[in-house]
Amino acid sequence: MNITVTVNGEPHQAEIWPGESLLFALRERMGLPGSKNACEQGECGSCSVLLDGRLVCACLVLAVQADGHEVVTVEGVAEDGELHRVQDAFVQTGAVQCGFCTPGLIVAAVDLLRHTPQPTDDDIREALSGNLCRCTGYAKIFDAVRLAAGQA
Amino acid sequence: MSAAPTRKLELGRVGEAVKRVDAIPKVTGEFAYSSDLFAAGMLWGHTVRSPHAHAGVVSIDISKAVGMAGVHAVLTHEDVPGDKRYGLEFADQPVLAFDRVRYFGEPVALVAAEHPEQARRAAEAIEVEYEPLELVVEPERAADQPAIHPQRWTEGHGYRDDPRANVVRDMRIVRGDPDAEGEVSVEGYYELGIQDQAFLGPESGLAVPDGEGGVDIYVATQWLHVDRDQVAPCLGLPKEQVRIHLAGVGGAFGGREDLSMQVHGAMLALHTNRPVKMVYTREESFFGHVHRHPARIWAEHRANRDGKLVNVRMRILLDGGAYASSSTAVTSNAASFAVGPYAIENALIESTCVYTNNPPCGAMRGFGAVQTCFASEAQMDKLAAALGMDPVELRLRNAMAPGDALPTGQKITGSMPVADVIRKAAALPVPEPEELPRDPIRLPGGAGNTTRGEGVRRGVGFAVGFKNIGYSEGFDDYTAARVRLFADAGGELVAEIHCAAAEVGQGVTNVILQTARTELELENVMLAPGTTAAVDSAGSASASRMTWMAAGAVQAACRAVRDELERRGGTLGEGEEIDLERIYRHPRTFPLDPETGQVTEGRAHVALACAAMRVVVEVDVELGLTRVVWIGTAQDVGKAVNPQAVYGQIEGGTAQGIGLALMEEIQTRDGLITNASFTDYLIPTALDMPPVDAELVEDPEPDAPYGVKGVGEPPTVVSTAAVMSAMRAATGRELDRVPVKPDDICLPEGP
Repeated sequence: MNITVTVNGEPHQAEIWPGESLLFALRERMGLPGSKNACEQGECGSCSVLLDGRLVCACLVLAVQADGHEVVTVEGVAEDGELHRVQDAFVQTGAVQCGFCTPGLIVAAVDLLRHTPQPTDDDIREALSGNLCRCTGYAKIFDAVRLAAGQA
Repeated sequence: MSAAPTRKLELGRVGEAVKRVDAIPKVTGEFAYSSDLFAAGMLWGHTVRSPHAHAGVVSIDISKAVGMAGVHAVLTHEDVPGDKRYGLEFADQPVLAFDRVRYFGEPVALVAAEHPEQARRAAEAIEVEYEPLELVVEPERAADQPAIHPQRWTEGHGYRDDPRANVVRDMRIVRGDPDAEGEVSVEGYYELGIQDQAFLGPESGLAVPDGEGGVDIYVATQWLHVDRDQVAPCLGLPKEQVRIHLAGVGGAFGGREDLSMQVHGAMLALHTNRPVKMVYTREESFFGHVHRHPARIWAEHRANRDGKLVNVRMRILLDGGAYASSSTAVTSNAASFAVGPYAIENALIESTCVYTNNPPCGAMRGFGAVQTCFASEAQMDKLAAALGMDPVELRLRNAMAPGDALPTGQKITGSMPVADVIRKAAALPVPEPEELPRDPIRLPGGAGNTTRGEGVRRGVGFAVGFKNIGYSEGFDDYTAARVRLFADAGGELVAEIHCAAAEVGQGVTNVILQTARTELELENVMLAPGTTAAVDSAGSASASRMTWMAAGAVQAACRAVRDELERRGGTLGEGEEIDLERIYRHPRTFPLDPETGQVTEGRAHVALACAAMRVVVEVDVELGLTRVVWIGTAQDVGKAVNPQAVYGQIEGGTAQGIGLALMEEIQTRDGLITNASFTDYLIPTALDMPPVDAELVEDPEPDAPYGVKGVGEPPTVVSTAAVMSAMRAATGRELDRVPVKPDDICLPEGP
């Protein structure tokens, strides 16, 4: 079947099998592999995207459910070719190691700062607790979010 | 914190805090991991796996799968073109099961189809008839049960002869008088569950046939050349026709040392003459790689009243699971570092690893030292209590220093600042207890809102750990680097570095570039993609060796290029280039005596690194829930090539140790994994991690380039032990098994 999803402001059409997740459609049908496939059952947050402005795990959304809707992925976070301040903060603070969790964390942190521009440390930890990272121990990720919020 | 780097940042030389060169593509989503790859006409590969932990394979009927929609290949052991078995150190593991399966999830057949769902459905249509065999799942009984491998794969490799069934390696270290008595003695029995590396990027890769009978494999791995050396014989191809290229690696931690989809993907690609991509699911990933060995450890520490250790006796039993992987080296490491970084005259350490039908175990960050550190540091706390001595003081009194000998008799000739890391970690200020009431997010149980503070006890713990850097016991450990120097269109010199060191997230790319910039005094330095096709082996990104080894190789190649440039008058004309490859070896090591575990000549380990850690926990003793409040650590790093990356390794390595202490365990029933998902196998989240105050101790390693040491493993070695020390202080319980369960804390203690 055919779907059309507005991804990062651009309409994307794809011929899909109805059982495919939004994550699979983004990665394998639309040429947007930035959202990651670490658990594909909603536990790790690596595939976090914004669906009509709401933070979701793309692995738990069927591709057909996104038909006619708007999705923002990590590929659409940068503005006018410039890194988003959250992306830049991840680079500056050393919050990236293997980087597999990074796309999901970037989207989750962007979402956090949109709702809570001045988060407390507890806000940050709770907001990112759905995003597993195996490399960093999270310390530099917290530094990055504080830096992006202008707190560092 | 260590002093800020003083040299200018933009150049990025050794010792400067530089931004990762791969950070920008990783934050924008452009970085290509092994599961992101795509090729025109690509098929999807899928693996059919055993539902049994031990069974004979009676028959495999693929007839129903072959004609299914979209299916292009269904392969079994009969289709393996070359060697039917492979292995990292011993070729004991079938490419695809033929006579029997030895663990739950073992590969039995392969499918390639146009859509992954078609491949999965075809896999379900394959009928395999199994005949269940006697299970070997209790490591204590394994040596008395029928051998699960009729051949003795690890015999004849210079290890102590042990004729019992299912013994992978049996090792003894006998030092001084193993019966020496002390004035005080403490004894304990300790257990550790199976830990998973749980790297986030699943096993995956793309195999592309080259049209001339060979294949290119793009894969996430830790050691490109050893993959090639295992894959080529299984495909029946010369090594030159199998090229392994490093794809983006989503974490490794030891779990990518062994092969996963490499041979399978290549078989499907060569059979269909189309590119084949394989991506494991998370469940499959729990079967797709080896894990940390679960262990049972008995220990007795004898000391004099003044706290000086007299004799340490330990028995270590490791469950290696179904195949050998690197178990023989883990067995030896567990024994070699069993006592901790303490000087002793007398010891008897017996370390045995057995084959079972449990999940195969092999390398994971800390490699044997994690298990024994947990036991021996618990013993040190117990001894301190028996002596009425401060636990830090007891450790200082026994701290090993250069000139002292390991239990293997190896005299420490390099850097070994044990007392320094102990003093520095002990001096880090412990935060005051936070007052009640407070937000439940900062109490045990967190957002579950399970307590307002009643029943919460605070505990402070301490531990010290150490392990080897680099490969040991006579292994020919080397790394190659190649430097191509040429002038760009504007006449500026550019250096292109080739090194097959695997960037697994640890930051070796920056180490290579920083080394090259330092040695060549050039800004224009780039690293070519890692591949077996362009340069000799780099060895494995493991054993905390890659920084040392890559720096050594790149330094040697750069210096050779610099000398050649000087010979040519210091400049290169248009079209002129210098292209030189050099191999770096660390100082030679030698095997241990198989009967006594003593060094035969020179050293068995090239160098050692240590760390000390102080931990504060709060435990709700009524519910058995724990919050780690704060961690302070001092680590011996030799020389921090990139301080930002070193702190990152310490924080991340500590998180994995907290995980083993408090939550991480692969659970099995009759060899079957019952929690193969991130829903049931828990790793620390952002809410589980405390702040980590880390202090770097830079005591240069004399034999290493720039004085570096590896930094990845010591935090993982020490942190499980340190967290458990704090847990005992909070609860007053022995807590001799990790991961600790709520029941161990809040239910009445057994007899």
